[in-house]
Amino acid sequence: MSALELDIVLLSLKVALWSVVASLPVALAVAYLLARRDFPGKSLLDAVVHLPLVLPPVVVGYFLLVLLGRSGPIGAWLEQWFGVVVAFRWTGAAIACAVMGFPLMVRAMRLSIAAIDPKLEAAAATLGAGRPGILFAVTLPLALPGIVTGVLLSFARSLGEFGATITFVSNIPGETQTLPLAIYALTQVPGGDAAALRLCIISIVLSLAALLASEALVRRASRRALGYDAVGRG
Amino acid sequence: MTLSVEVEHELGAFRLDAAFACESGVTALFGQSGAGKTTLVNAIAGLLRPRRGHIEFNGETLFDSACGMHVPARKRRFGYVFQEGRLFPHLTVRQNLVFSRMFRRVAYGAGGLDHIVELLGLGDLLHRRPGDLSGGERQRVALGRALLAGPRALLLDEPLASLDAHRKEEVLRYLELMREEIKIPVVYVSHAVEEVVRLADTVVLMSAGRVVAVGNVEEVMGRPDLRPAVGVFEGGTVIDTRVAAQDMDDDLATLAFDGGTLTVTNVDALIGEPVRVRIRARDVSIALDAPSRISIQNVLPAKVVSIGAPVSGVVDVSLAVGGTALRSRVTKRAANQLALAPGREVYALIKAVSLDRSGAR
Repeated sequence: MSALELDIVLLSLKVALWSVVASLPVALAVAYLLARRDFPGKSLLDAVVHLPLVLPPVVVGYFLLVLLGRSGPIGAWLEQWFGVVVAFRWTGAAIACAVMGFPLMVRAMRLSIAAIDPKLEAAAATLGAGRPGILFAVTLPLALPGIVTGVLLSFARSLGEFGATITFVSNIPGETQTLPLAIYALTQVPGGDAAALRLCIISIVLSLAALLASEALVRRASRRALGYDAVGRG
Repeated sequence: MTLSVEVEHELGAFRLDAAFACESGVTALFGQSGAGKTTLVNAIAGLLRPRRGHIEFNGETLFDSACGMHVPARKRRFGYVFQEGRLFPHLTVRQNLVFSRMFRRVAYGAGGLDHIVELLGLGDLLHRRPGDLSGGERQRVALGRALLAGPRALLLDEPLASLDAHRKEEVLRYLELMREEIKIPVVYVSHAVEEVVRLADTVVLMSAGRVVAVGNVEEVMGRPDLRPAVGVFEGGTVIDTRVAAQDMDDDLATLAFDGGTLTVTNVDALIGEPVRVRIRARDVSIALDAPSRISIQNVLPAKVVSIGAPVSGVVDVSLAVGGTALRSRVTKRAANQLALAPGREVYALIKAVSLDRSGAR
């Protein structure tokens, strides 16, 4: 890998990592609400969460630009009060990835939270656990397989995110040019084919590694959640 | 320590309207499925908020519909053993046992982890996970977990219902051990006569959401008017004994009680362990002289205390064997032939094989 390619890979990983870190708590909260609570507007929330999955990514990117751009309502506010600008920055790329990966994360987590027997939580209450105690000692550990799946799906989605990113933060080498964007840029210049192919191979390797890691982690976590040893005995 | 409960609740067409009070010792909530036992226990535990009522423990109000008071389950400090165990599958047995430690400072009632592990025979299981435990092992762990949470009272909701006969016996034995160890009120929900007989001091008989009788086991279970709610129940006597000797060659155990010893088959317990036996009145014969050359293993000197009124040719004779009461059911003719009368010295004869502990009915 050349220094330039390494920079691109590191930037992509940074963007993907932060997108996951930022969306994880929100996704968990939404997944819990959808799995466990009934409230007016639940179907609407469910639909909104799933929108990025069905909308063209360009649409999502455009809305982000309109809302979070320097002249957008939220963007202007952020700049005025906190001096934070996300448009055309790597942080903006992370936000675009977070939004696009959000439905995948919520889906996986919601399923595994819904599968937890509330009777176990009642048992924890008789043993002295309050709400936070039940959440951290029972619910979250039991939902771990779903959480791991959600995180890795969203991470992989972030590594491959293109449309929303390029629309929202453009394609700036060293700032917002993640792997897919760099590949796209290379295919647009004459003689860039070989370099593009190299990046494609790197991209495949990264994605495969993420998938394999997820598979192993999920298997381990579900064995635990089902009450067997993580390693398995004979 | 007193637990007093008065609860009204509706679940669909089912209506629960029950009240009882209990002290230290084991109180059985007994009744057929659907009698409302579990609903009542959930209300006591704080897992269910009844429509109306009042629940009080040692003068502390835990629930009162009139003033809208409802102490949450986690603050009631009642240990709860569920029918299905409800062990946390992601934790090892050891972590399950000390689960309450994370939330309660005074986590150890009943003598600490090592003691409970020994009492319930959990030593070999500590590092295993609930997924590969047998049903009986799971219930023992669940019991240990509840005891280690430092409970002020213990609620057991049909802890044996999902076990086969062998596992049942295994857990019953530990429940008997625990029964003498702990000095807190225990509410034991069951629809099985043999469990109630072996464990309970008091029976609260429930039927269709109401309490129909409260009293000691023999009183309540033997009442002919309650037969529809109880089912078939043979009158008899419950005797608390302790294992005095085990004869491995003949597979017989000698149980000591206040009044003598009993020779019994089929007792899987160590010397010194407490064992409850129930002797059906019809298995006790009466002789005026000590018989010789007879197969009966238990010949106990006794004194007639009273003779009941004859019912279709049968009389129940109350005997005193030392300090222990014993009931015998004989024909009216036999009672007349032997001229049984209060104060008369007699011998009570009990076949060892009739004292099979599983045949409590």
